Amino acid sequence: MNKEQAPTERSLIEQFLDDNVLFLGPDTGIMRDHSVSIPTEQESAAVVAWADRSEDINLIRNRLQTACNESFDMVEQMGAAPGAKWGDLIAGIFSCQGDLALSSAGGVLIFSVLAQHPQKFMLKYWKDDPTVGIREGDIFMHNDARYGNIHNTDQSLSIPVFHEGELVCIVGSIVHEGENGACEPGGMPGGAESPYDEGLKMPPLKVGENFEFRKDLLTFLQNSVREPKLQLEGMKSKFHACLRIKKRVEEVIADYGVDAFLATVRGTLSDTEMEVRRRLQTWPDGKVLSNVFADSTLRENVLIKIRCEVIKKDDELIIDLRGSSPEFLNRANNTVLASMKGMLAQLFLMFVWPDLPRNQAVFAPITVLTDPGSALNCSPEAPNAQSMMTFFPAFTAVQNAIPKLLFSAGFRSTDIVACWYNMITTFVYGGSNQHKELVGNVCADLNGMGGAARATRDGEHSIAPIFASMADIGEQELIEEEVPMMKLVPHKVMVDNCGFGKQRGGHGYQQIVTHKDTQAWGYMVNTIGAKFPSTYGIFGGYAPGCYPLCKVKDVNVFEVMKDQRELMRFTIDEIMNEQPFPDATYSSHHAGLQFELADAGELYMITQGGGGGYGDILERDPADIVKDWADRIVSKHTIENIYHVVMDYATGAVDQDATDKARAAERKSRLARAKPYKEFAAEWTKATPPEGLPFYGSWDDPTVLHLGTPDNTCPADAIVPVMMPDPKDVEIAKLKAELAALKQA
Amino acid sequence: MSTDSAATPDLSGVTIEDGKVAITEYLAIDLDKETWHCRRCDQNLGNARGPYKEALMVYEREPSEIHDPAIDPEKYEFTYAPDPAWCRIIEYYCPQCATQMEVEYLPPGHPLTLNDLQLDIDALKARHAAAISGSEQGGQP
Repeated sequence: MNKEQAPTERSLIEQFLDDNVLFLGPDTGIMRDHSVSIPTEQESAAVVAWADRSEDINLIRNRLQTACNESFDMVEQMGAAPGAKWGDLIAGIFSCQGDLALSSAGGVLIFSVLAQHPQKFMLKYWKDDPTVGIREGDIFMHNDARYGNIHNTDQSLSIPVFHEGELVCIVGSIVHEGENGACEPGGMPGGAESPYDEGLKMPPLKVGENFEFRKDLLTFLQNSVREPKLQLEGMKSKFHACLRIKKRVEEVIADYGVDAFLATVRGTLSDTEMEVRRRLQTWPDGKVLSNVFADSTLRENVLIKIRCEVIKKDDELIIDLRGSSPEFLNRANNTVLASMKGMLAQLFLMFVWPDLPRNQAVFAPITVLTDPGSALNCSPEAPNAQSMMTFFPAFTAVQNAIPKLLFSAGFRSTDIVACWYNMITTFVYGGSNQHKELVGNVCADLNGMGGAARATRDGEHSIAPIFASMADIGEQELIEEEVPMMKLVPHKVMVDNCGFGKQRGGHGYQQIVTHKDTQAWGYMVNTIGAKFPSTYGIFGGYAPGCYPLCKVKDVNVFEVMKDQRELMRFTIDEIMNEQPFPDATYSSHHAGLQFELADAGELYMITQGGGGGYGDILERDPADIVKDWADRIVSKHTIENIYHVVMDYATGAVDQDATDKARAAERKSRLARAKPYKEFAAEWTKATPPEGLPFYGSWDDPTVLHLGTPDNTCPADAIVPVMMPDPKDVEIAKLKAELAALKQA
Repeated sequence: MSTDSAATPDLSGVTIEDGKVAITEYLAIDLDKETWHCRRCDQNLGNARGPYKEALMVYEREPSEIHDPAIDPEKYEFTYAPDPAWCRIIEYYCPQCATQMEVEYLPPGHPLTLNDLQLDIDALKARHAAAISGSEQGGQP
């Protein structure tokens, strides 16, 4: 701007620019800020006025918490989406400034810390806009992750609550709805190459007035997705849950007055932040470093480094993820920074301080540093439908680091836990169901991730996802009423499928699916970790293994079951190793499968991952090995060669003397085969990634990022986005080269 | 923002063993001598202001020794075992009792995570100035 401009002229230009914004895209200020808003004068006055009535405030807080839980249950009971039915949702109360102050205890805790952005956008841009406004009876929705939340398959709905004409809060619900009209069915397109492949894109949008949906907008939304019935049902269930919370809020205000309500909402936020800071004070000051490697974009295998430093100082925590991989501009595995922050925040809500209120203030004392343009802080033009493929590994990097600070903390509210299994190992499906309806969604058994080992006990088998402490895996019989999929093996725990350790991780289950009675049916799988484990153990415990997708094509198992039942096998390893169906084609793949149509009776097989192990395997109590043997989840090979336990397999009796000798011999072997650190490091460490390994991210210097080769690099503060070739083009080129070589020969 | 509790943090969960502060499952720090120690055998693991890993023994493990391929590697590319061209297991042992203190999964040749735990020893000493004069306390696992 010209410095010579007169003040009046400058203000006119500013006014003109303010009134003529070309496009209200995601607000950078809102999206980057996860702190709690400064209280309004009325909120501050209310807190002061109610300062000596903590028992009343506590009562009100519990009433509001119950209202959130009640609304959660309503959505779970009424919702049609698998995500709604099995708990992939929350219901909550936002302050009058849009901060999420209270939310349902169960469900997807990740929502608890990233739901505020669209509310703040509405308050900033729509409240005073004469063409929109925020009024009693209005209904707002949102799903575009660039304006907040995780990914576009999640839809939020909120309504404002007024008292005597003043906005006192916003109440809302967010649900993983599934189908959203993306380039692949089910709402989480691993094949998306741009944000415009990711389906419905609602910025915060007024979809109703006077407590009714606008028919034209409702029709637009239904017309944009493959399941119009689901779209309507999802909107109605969320809306009526919001009405219930609104009613409860109004009851509280009627009983105690509006100041008591405002004091409770504001006090819950500030108390939570203060308590987190108090707890952090009890941690030792210091720095922890961990590295995690994601092995796939879901389209191809590449090695994506997540570099993580966690720095604790006084009552603050800094999570420094700089040096991590650059973004992939035509792959769906990038994350919006705010989405990743939500994922990191619920690490503290679910695994570190599960006793704290579910609200965004939990994360307020924590700072996150990333390189702009990295896969963990992607640009607006990078797709993010499968952001989980980078923010889950980022979660694991932090989960791997935290125990080294938490172990010697003065205050802990739960056990020390290793790394939880971190992938959404399930099938996304799409096609025509047995009722001749077009459907596309995700199976809820992604929620059965193997629990990690803890300091004091083994991890639990297929217990809960890393983003929700209470979510269900669904009832198979109910699912089969709606979709033509049949799980020949729905949830069978697999032998040795966990991280070994003094305490072992929980196991994950095998899933073998097929389908029938449909004109067209297909599957997707969105999981990394087929070449490099996606999660880890701690304090000497091992990671779980790797997880491929296995297929048996050119078979119809329903025909086999008719009169060749002896051929049937019910574990993946038996099917793949024995290949019992004579003319079938057997194959294994990395578990990033884009939507693929399959014929009736063909088998698609995946394995839910196990949790990481805790501590030295040689310290595992032989009695625990005996129990695992009795439960058929540990092999002889592992008992003898990893745990070094000698036992009678028929009776389960441990030979303690022989075990002690075997373990003493193994300890001796360890020292004999190992080398002193400096000698080992000198031989092991290379200056660059190996030739032929497609490595992305920093190697030794966090300011320099590799772009797939040893020599191609960019500075971390000036990232060059990665464009990947189409895997089919890569395959064609490879085949052409082979053909040319054959011709030449 | 700082809290009033900054001066007197809660230390009720900290374990002190023989005058050493338990830091992890296998590591303790002698605050008087400023040294790392193995919690199983008390082996001195060097200056607590530096990396304890430099005192450990290190071994590169072929991943399939731990993660047995569940499906035949002769028939399939993806077998449930990590790909050794992409992933190696690095094991760290106490040089005296051979306890496996840490495990890292790294691409071949990737720098080891030497400084995985760097504590502010001065702050730790200040934190424990009062508690260290006592004997056993706390209840860490």
